[in-house]
Amino acid sequence: MNKGLVLTYLSLIVLLPLAAIATKAFENGPSGFWTAVSSPQAVAALKLTVIASLIVVVINAVMGTLIAWVMVRDDFPGKSVVNSFIDLPFALPTIVASLTLLTIYGKDSPLGINVAFTQTAVVIALLFVTLPFVVRAVQPLLLSLDRDMESAAESLGAGRWRIFRQIILPNLAPGIFTGIALAFARALGEFGSLVLVSGNVPFKTEVASVFIRGQIESDNLVGASAVSVVLLAVSLALLACVTLIQRKGLRHGN
Amino acid sequence: MATDVAAGAAPAPKQPKIRKEKPDGSRLARWALRYTALIYLGMLLLLPIAAILQHTFEDGVGTMINAITTPDAVAALRLTLLTVVIAVPLNTVFGIACAHIMVRTNMRGKPIINGLIDIPFAVSPIVVGLALILVYGTGGWFGADLAAAGIQVIFSTPGIVMAVIFVSMPFVAREVIPVLQEIGDDQEKAAETLGASGWYTFWRITLPAIRWGVSYGVVLTTARALGEFGAVTVVSGRISGETETLPLYVQKQFETFNSVGAYSASLVLALLALATLLILNLMRRKES
Repeated sequence: MNKGLVLTYLSLIVLLPLAAIATKAFENGPSGFWTAVSSPQAVAALKLTVIASLIVVVINAVMGTLIAWVMVRDDFPGKSVVNSFIDLPFALPTIVASLTLLTIYGKDSPLGINVAFTQTAVVIALLFVTLPFVVRAVQPLLLSLDRDMESAAESLGAGRWRIFRQIILPNLAPGIFTGIALAFARALGEFGSLVLVSGNVPFKTEVASVFIRGQIESDNLVGASAVSVVLLAVSLALLACVTLIQRKGLRHGN
Repeated sequence: MATDVAAGAAPAPKQPKIRKEKPDGSRLARWALRYTALIYLGMLLLLPIAAILQHTFEDGVGTMINAITTPDAVAALRLTLLTVVIAVPLNTVFGIACAHIMVRTNMRGKPIINGLIDIPFAVSPIVVGLALILVYGTGGWFGADLAAAGIQVIFSTPGIVMAVIFVSMPFVAREVIPVLQEIGDDQEKAAETLGASGWYTFWRITLPAIRWGVSYGVVLTTARALGEFGAVTVVSGRISGETETLPLYVQKQFETFNSVGAYSASLVLALLALATLLILNLMRRKES
């Protein structure tokens, strides 16, 4: 097949636009870039984005592993339905997610939980969109885990917690790390699911992507590009981490 | 595997027969884990879906149907389908070609291509929109030339289509690459020795072998293209009836306090999402 065409397509669709952002971000030199990135509102938005994403990946690491465990090792009626529902956040348009989360966790909440327009809402929305990453990265590892190791440990007198900590967890670690790296990258750039539920209040619930959107609307393209470059740099570093984890996994035998 | 996950595609691993385990003190722990998982999933996934259904039908089916057949809603649906019809075939052809290059050729710089394919997953949709404005908008790199040629990209359909192409680009390639690796090239080599041309081999040998991977990728591409919000919102200009896709329509209706309209359009999108899950599930069964 035609390599030239593939490379041209990739360059046109991916490289050219990203180059435009990098160029714009440094249009006024490094100091212009720094001024834009260090404005109080930008710093507040970046800080919220990073902290919320960190909280989200910690919860994901625990809950994702737990859910994967239940899906692989447990059995109950309707499990396969639950299992296919886990991909819902990838299939559901983000604006729909935002609307429904507002319905459930907003002022008319049927659960009596009203967290709309708070930082909690930001975390909940991010938890929704990143749910599948850790589950789907851990599940195959758990399936291929040799159960004889666990039996051996058990017959040697190891307790359940010790078996989990010393045998199961180390084997799942690459999946967990891959999952949280991907979830973190997604959380950093998330926009659609936050739009309705977070309220987008500057200095309070405004995440980086919403801040960038605001800068575009007020025609400050240099500022928007500068913050974009920061987000891009972190995401690309995370992608590189994922690649490294996978290479390492391959080298270790499987 | 991880890239599969990124693609939102991780085929749910095949479930082995669960071995009967001897009953012991771990029953309680097992139940606790099971219900923790189910409650978490219920709060995060099931309740929201139930909420859309309830709100949509609050005022009866008639109201719902009226809400999704207003001229603006129909125009939004039409524009959404148009972007899908353009973006999905382009990304499918690109994805297959790209996977072929990655697996079957010894080109230099493959790791770079590999990284480039994943970029749309790592970039915020808002940043995608911004990038398109910087390249094709007024004052952008090609802005003046495009304006001189009378072509409007930003705040118009071409920009929306480009945004959708960007965000849905990697799925097919990501699905097909592992399949191509797994099937190997023995049959292709055999066909070649027997005198088959490259195209003939591709149509008769390679394509049938990778069809499930391709279909999987197409379904995921379509789902993403239907639902993209962030990138589209930046480049669309949001003119009702003209540059509004269905997800943008949902937001507009919600913000103008037409909640029935917002929920009805959401239901359409949610049903499409559920259909996606169903199709993926059926394909998974067929595969195994």
